[in-house]
Amino acid sequence: MIKELTHKEYREYVEKKSPKSRVLRNTIRAFIVGGLISVIGQFINNFFTSRGMDIDTAGSLASIIMVFLGALFTGLNIYDDLGKFAGAGSIVPITGFANSIVSPAMEFKSEGYVMGVGARMFVVAGPVLVYGISASIIAGIIYYLLK
Amino acid sequence: MKYEYKAIGRGDMMADKRVGKQTVKLGNPPSVISTVSIVGPKEGDGPLRQTFDLVIDDEMWGEKTWEKAESKIVREAWSRVLEKASKTPDDINYVIAGDLLNQCIATTFGLRGSSVPYLGIYGACSTVCESLGIGSLLIDGGFADNVVCITSSHFCSAEKQFRFPLELGTQRPPTAQWTVLGCGGALISNQGQGPYITHVTAGKIVDMGVNDANNMGGAMAPAAADTIVNHFKDTGFTPDYYDLILTGDLGIVGKSICEEIVNESGFHVSEKLNDCGLMIFDRIRQDVHAGASGCGCSATVFAGYIYQEIMKGNLKKVFLVATGALLSPTSIQQGESIPSIAHGITLSSTLQ
Repeated sequence: MIKELTHKEYREYVEKKSPKSRVLRNTIRAFIVGGLISVIGQFINNFFTSRGMDIDTAGSLASIIMVFLGALFTGLNIYDDLGKFAGAGSIVPITGFANSIVSPAMEFKSEGYVMGVGARMFVVAGPVLVYGISASIIAGIIYYLLK
Repeated sequence: MKYEYKAIGRGDMMADKRVGKQTVKLGNPPSVISTVSIVGPKEGDGPLRQTFDLVIDDEMWGEKTWEKAESKIVREAWSRVLEKASKTPDDINYVIAGDLLNQCIATTFGLRGSSVPYLGIYGACSTVCESLGIGSLLIDGGFADNVVCITSSHFCSAEKQFRFPLELGTQRPPTAQWTVLGCGGALISNQGQGPYITHVTAGKIVDMGVNDANNMGGAMAPAAADTIVNHFKDTGFTPDYYDLILTGDLGIVGKSICEEIVNESGFHVSEKLNDCGLMIFDRIRQDVHAGASGCGCSATVFAGYIYQEIMKGNLKKVFLVATGALLSPTSIQQGESIPSIAHGITLSSTLQ
């Protein structure tokens, strides 16, 4: 009897009844789209270095352009459709980071530029920044001590 | 002036309309004399498109925010439901309404010009049956002649409040459901020739420990089954009494679990059971994963398709069980499971 299941047993039962995500299909799509985004970034990078720019400046410039493209396609209501198709393939690259900041900014514009856009902009990306920066500080300290 | 009351001792008062633990059998069943359903473009592209009064062509509907658009839809539903019944606001004793937004702003802002006593309710997606149930009790008790019940949800404003920004590029899991942009309303009255609301079975809060907000069907199924089984036990009805037993928005996962629980209890509902969340969209073509959700789902399916089928005589007795997941973004973030509820009403084309 389902009614007599414990909470844990019921959760397992629901899990069993639920359709599963299509992991293989999603992985292949993520690989292709994520790869393509990275190839575009690399193409931009190579273009600048071939024009005589040093590798660090070219890398920064390529990142800036990719962030701009991510923000632009979010604003054009295209990036969410790409994300639906590609999953992690469009979340992991730097364009996904731009998407995670621009999308709440667009959504909360109706609450004004201070408490809306300003306060809510990092609602998705905030944790990535907090823990990303914290981790890099810890790694930096360890590197300094071991050097 | 001295207040006069019937000279009966309190001990003599008996709730003689109660049958069983959760059900009320109405002595003077109210009639649903008009309904209205307004939906968004995606719902208007679905299989029930012909049954809605109005399909709006974009989610903003000329407003600056989604919240304002939802209020406008509620306002429009209010004026249309009166118009269809040839009533004015002066004829209405109460308007009972709710939506999904915090503090029910879509409803209250939509109805702030209505000048009618207002009772705001929150039952998540069970709101349509909760409002019709309370309205029926008020009419049957002699406290009101005419009551308007309105329920709305808006895909965009609900996503914004409960989940992620719309433009965020994420994948929804296959158990996720699509919140309906829609508003359903009904005017119920002690006058009229039906369809009648004959029984009201108020649901209990049921929590089986599901804590995945992307699987609300699984969370709500035991609540729906509990209300269905208790309705049968209270009234003595069997599934044969009904042409249709219609749950609110369980979706494909929840419906199959609910069916299994009710069947296990000895009431074989498989042939009679359907779910509004599986009717309003073409699940595959419109890519809504496990089905539809949102309190506008059962509200618009009831106010459109079900009401029309009863009026045409194709359905005679329907048990409508709207199901609600009583979660909030805060409760989910704090790791709480999802308490659920289901309220049922019996719709009958005749009083036999």
